[in-house]
Amino acid sequence: MNTEQTEFFPERREHYLNVAYGVKSWLLTTDHKRIALLYLGSITLMFFIGGAAAVLFRLELMTPQGDLVISETYNKLFSLHGVIMVFFFLIPSIPATLGNFLVPMMIGARDLAFPRLNLASWYVFVIGALLTLAAILAGGIDTGWTFYTPYSSVYSNTYVVITIVGIFIAGFSSIMTALNFIVTIHTMRAPGLTWFRLPLFIWAHYATSLIIMLGTPVVAIALTLVILERVFQLGIFNPQLGGDPILFQHLFWFYSHPAVYIMILPSMGVISEVITCFSRKRIFSYSFVAFSSIAIAVLGFLVWGHHMFVSGQSVYAGMIFSFLSMLVAIPSAVKVFNWTATLYRGSIAYDTPLLYGLGFIGLFTIGGLTGIFLASLGLDVHVHDTYFVVAHFHYIMVGGALMGYLGGLHYWWPKITGRLYPEGWAKLAALTIFLGFNLTFFPQFLLGYLGMPRRYHVYPDEFQVLNVMSSAGASILGIGYMIPMIYLIWSMRYGKPASHNPWRSTGLEWQTPSPPPTHNFHQTPVVRDEVYAYHKQISPEGKQV
Amino acid sequence: MSEARGFLASHFDDVAQQHEASSLGMWAFLVTEIMLFGGMFLGYAVYRGNFSEAFSAASDRLDIVLGTVNTAVLIASSLTVAMAVHAASRGRQRALLFFLVLTLLLGMIFLGIKFTEYYHKYEEGLIPGARFRYEGSDPGRAAIFFSFYFAMTGVHALHMIIGLGVFLALAWAARKDRYSAAYYTPVELAGLYWHFVDVIWIFLFPLFYLLGRHS
Repeated sequence: MNTEQTEFFPERREHYLNVAYGVKSWLLTTDHKRIALLYLGSITLMFFIGGAAAVLFRLELMTPQGDLVISETYNKLFSLHGVIMVFFFLIPSIPATLGNFLVPMMIGARDLAFPRLNLASWYVFVIGALLTLAAILAGGIDTGWTFYTPYSSVYSNTYVVITIVGIFIAGFSSIMTALNFIVTIHTMRAPGLTWFRLPLFIWAHYATSLIIMLGTPVVAIALTLVILERVFQLGIFNPQLGGDPILFQHLFWFYSHPAVYIMILPSMGVISEVITCFSRKRIFSYSFVAFSSIAIAVLGFLVWGHHMFVSGQSVYAGMIFSFLSMLVAIPSAVKVFNWTATLYRGSIAYDTPLLYGLGFIGLFTIGGLTGIFLASLGLDVHVHDTYFVVAHFHYIMVGGALMGYLGGLHYWWPKITGRLYPEGWAKLAALTIFLGFNLTFFPQFLLGYLGMPRRYHVYPDEFQVLNVMSSAGASILGIGYMIPMIYLIWSMRYGKPASHNPWRSTGLEWQTPSPPPTHNFHQTPVVRDEVYAYHKQISPEGKQV
Repeated sequence: MSEARGFLASHFDDVAQQHEASSLGMWAFLVTEIMLFGGMFLGYAVYRGNFSEAFSAASDRLDIVLGTVNTAVLIASSLTVAMAVHAASRGRQRALLFFLVLTLLLGMIFLGIKFTEYYHKYEEGLIPGARFRYEGSDPGRAAIFFSFYFAMTGVHALHMIIGLGVFLALAWAARKDRYSAAYYTPVELAGLYWHFVDVIWIFLFPLFYLLGRHS
């Protein structure tokens, strides 16, 4: 076909968006690209619901007294925030949207291996989300997102069962997606696309899928036992009946710690793509970055006990978990150093995706280093269950995972929609989010170190200044999230049409028109070279870059 | 290959690729299933270690005759599934249908016996909860034994019921001659699933019925 003529007029060419119109063509689609957009809409909605809860409790925390909500409401607000953000935004965020869109395109396939399973996963996700939202409308839960027994299984008078059923169901949606990725990556790579020519985004999603498949069933069964215990008064986790509440924590964190890597690994995959493209260099030490994803997935399963240093776990178990937790720092540092080395002497273009990428490196480093503090047995006793922990995991899950998500969304937006986003607004938003984020969460490190426990809405007067700083940052952060929401929607109609490869990227997904046709490629591509061959590219001026 | 085109989905290059994807998908699914049961096996192992005497005493209350018969029935059904897959691979349609129906029957016998056992436990008051009645020395710990018994055999029975639904659909399709020696992937994958469910029972049976039994 003649790309020259059709490239800048996407409306004249048939692609996955204009091939069919109407609600039915979306709700019954098996096209991975459309399913990715269905997910994008759903998780964006969940993100703003979870964010609304955060707005309310940050407002409450402006003053030391409890003057906006009572403690029961406060408990429900942070539980709602945690449940929605973890299970219905962060875990599906990159895999279900960007992963769904890009995994087949990056490996030169026409779709995922099981397209109907992919659509089913979205419906399963929506059913889980609706059940959880129904529980919230009915009155919510007050257990926190961790559902510790026996409080969740015996004492809490809130809608624990419906919420857990919702999470249980949503878990199967992520298992379906992960299974689809694993099979697709194994069996559907284009001719010539060997494992070590795969984009690092694919390696990251492969590692993520392994974690999802091995971890999610365990938390599913642990939560099922909580439901059975609540409904039939079993005693598996209830010490009054001879059960062991710590067993629940083991089963829960066996999934929920690796779940943190479910959130961060896909983001790391995005960063590897963005850093190479915007520094016009091949990745520094491809195989180390690829295997560090696998190493994080494997080590991530061996560290769950660091959540239980003060829960009555044996001291020796604590020492081993402490040591293993520190090992995770090695593959994480491999990534950070290799990205930095990739940037070194590159021809860097500070476009929005790279701004998010650089933000990711900085914030993830802070989040990771404070993770080493928390992995040390003695220090953890001091800061356990304080705002130090809250700040640490927000640096990873928001500063890391969410920055990667937004960076990736901008980077592939021209491919997804065929339109460019407004670069000036996007830079402003990236900067606002970075500043707002740090103002929100850095004071929380100090608060936690000074001894302010998490999950209380009343606190001593001397903590007020830092809390006001944090709330002020949260409002900036909130505005920062609204800006992309507005201009991205705006750009879908009014943005400049995008060429097939506006970033002059080397990935396979950029070799096909934007937006791509339903079957992604007009001809199955044949791969003859490594993936980040930026050093062989000729610049527009005709010089080797 | 011309007859193969009817079942080749458009996003696959060829039948071999489609078959490889389908069977890898099933194996991956079975890995998640192992992890699902693994959580419960772990819980069982912890309490078996902590409360071994109470668990041994409680296991005397299970019906070893019905449990053994059920084990035999389930192993027999694994054999009939293997025969069904074999028949499908040779393109022997009537034998395929016969073995699928036989598997269905054996599966239903297993579930019938299982629910008879559940009903006996209900009559004896051995369902954990407010109405739990147990005359032994350690009713609280026995209740945990029965909690695991019902949770694990219950989840297993749920897998059996799903499997029976699958075999019903397969038998229906086999009657319409949907499968041939060139294409019988669904039969093969359902067979894998059924063998997995069988293997889980092979672990459940000794853990609940045999280990530490006195009588």
